[in-house]
Amino acid sequence: MKEVDRRKFMKIAGCSLGIGVLYSAMPLARARGEAGAFFNEMGKNSGEAVSPFTFLQLSDAHVGFDGPPDPLGTKAFERAVEMVNALPQRPDLVLFTGDLTHDTEDKDTHASRMRRFLEISKRMNVPMIKHVPGEHDAGLDAGQMYREFLGESYYSFDHRGVHFVALDNVSRAKPEVGPDQLAWLKKDLARFDKSAPIIVFTHRPLFDLKPEWEWFTSDGDDVMNVLAPYQNVTVLYGHIHRDDEHTMDQVHHYGARSLIFAFPDPEKTAQKKPFPFDKDAPFKNLGIRLVHESASGKPPTSTVSIEDVELTTREFMGINGINQVLKNFSL
Amino acid sequence: MKVRDLKVVLFALLLVTLLSLIVTHQAKAEGPRLVEITAKRFAFTPSQITLKKGEPVILRLKSEDVTHGFFMRKLKIDETIEAGKSVDVALTPDTPGTYTTICDHFCGVNHGNMNMTISVVE
Repeated sequence: MKEVDRRKFMKIAGCSLGIGVLYSAMPLARARGEAGAFFNEMGKNSGEAVSPFTFLQLSDAHVGFDGPPDPLGTKAFERAVEMVNALPQRPDLVLFTGDLTHDTEDKDTHASRMRRFLEISKRMNVPMIKHVPGEHDAGLDAGQMYREFLGESYYSFDHRGVHFVALDNVSRAKPEVGPDQLAWLKKDLARFDKSAPIIVFTHRPLFDLKPEWEWFTSDGDDVMNVLAPYQNVTVLYGHIHRDDEHTMDQVHHYGARSLIFAFPDPEKTAQKKPFPFDKDAPFKNLGIRLVHESASGKPPTSTVSIEDVELTTREFMGINGINQVLKNFSL
Repeated sequence: MKVRDLKVVLFALLLVTLLSLIVTHQAKAEGPRLVEITAKRFAFTPSQITLKKGEPVILRLKSEDVTHGFFMRKLKIDETIEAGKSVDVALTPDTPGTYTTICDHFCGVNHGNMNMTISVVE
């Protein structure tokens, strides 16, 4: 099969709920015969017919964090859950890319934070929620408690013809995946054709985004080398509490906003310090990120436009504003 | 030149050679400059050091509590400082600049802000 742009199988139509990103893998299969054929080809590679679906990425809720800078606790997380449930089309899947909880050395307190995270996340009316740990979940006990609550910290699964890979780059305390997981990854991918659609989700970026702020994975290059033969790879990650999009060697890397507070652009500020809390705009910098096709009429592989819409106090108080925003989606 | 003068010159040369050997020996015995850095949640002490370009130094890293990391990719430093122990890192910086060095072994709530600055000057 000829080389294809991965956007043919995954159009990012989405809605970052502060917070996260709603991805749509559906858009073209019905509308374009060419894309439909592409999806069918993908299905052959992954052993399952590819069909349209949507999913979300949420990240960095830090349940248990009580500020400063953000005194809102779990309110942004709960707000995001309401927004997910208000979507006009129910997503198939939610990916949570780490730092579900804020760390504490008191095991009972950490366990209660895990329970609180699960209580809130289970309010989401979605069939499937998948997680990876962040360093605040797993860094102090090598992931033991995380695994007790949520199972293995790295794994893979197939959904509607797309292969999802969860990678753990936090449980070794250092920002690394480690040799065992690298060997597993290579074995896991071996059955796939090089054109198979693969979505990797993890906590830390797999490239040197800002090592001085610990925004990197020390053996990220090794991970990308394992993924290098595959033509349609997308990486979703959290940790950095801000939007970010990088493309390297045909792989697209997307960082998600957090559900607790935001970091500034490391290229514009020397000090790693969250944006201060603004009581008049409690979700400032935790807004919605819309990523959609250009309305230029060009083929959908040519351009993607990005629009950020901040949550407002009114939205914080109720969902009327959110519903208005969601009406504009073409899911 | 008289024989007596020749003896004086030879004696002086011998003396200079001996002194040179002593100085060289002492320099070798002293070795690179030692810089001690202590890690304790959630700071390094001192928080800033200055090194000279081309000067060999030994960074003696010590943890006073839990396991910490000491990471600065551009200086090719990637160490783990085990709890209560110390580790030496040999370093000869070759490029002037300011290098933010971080703890990259998760150590608790403020781990993300545990760093120090290594300044390298001409």
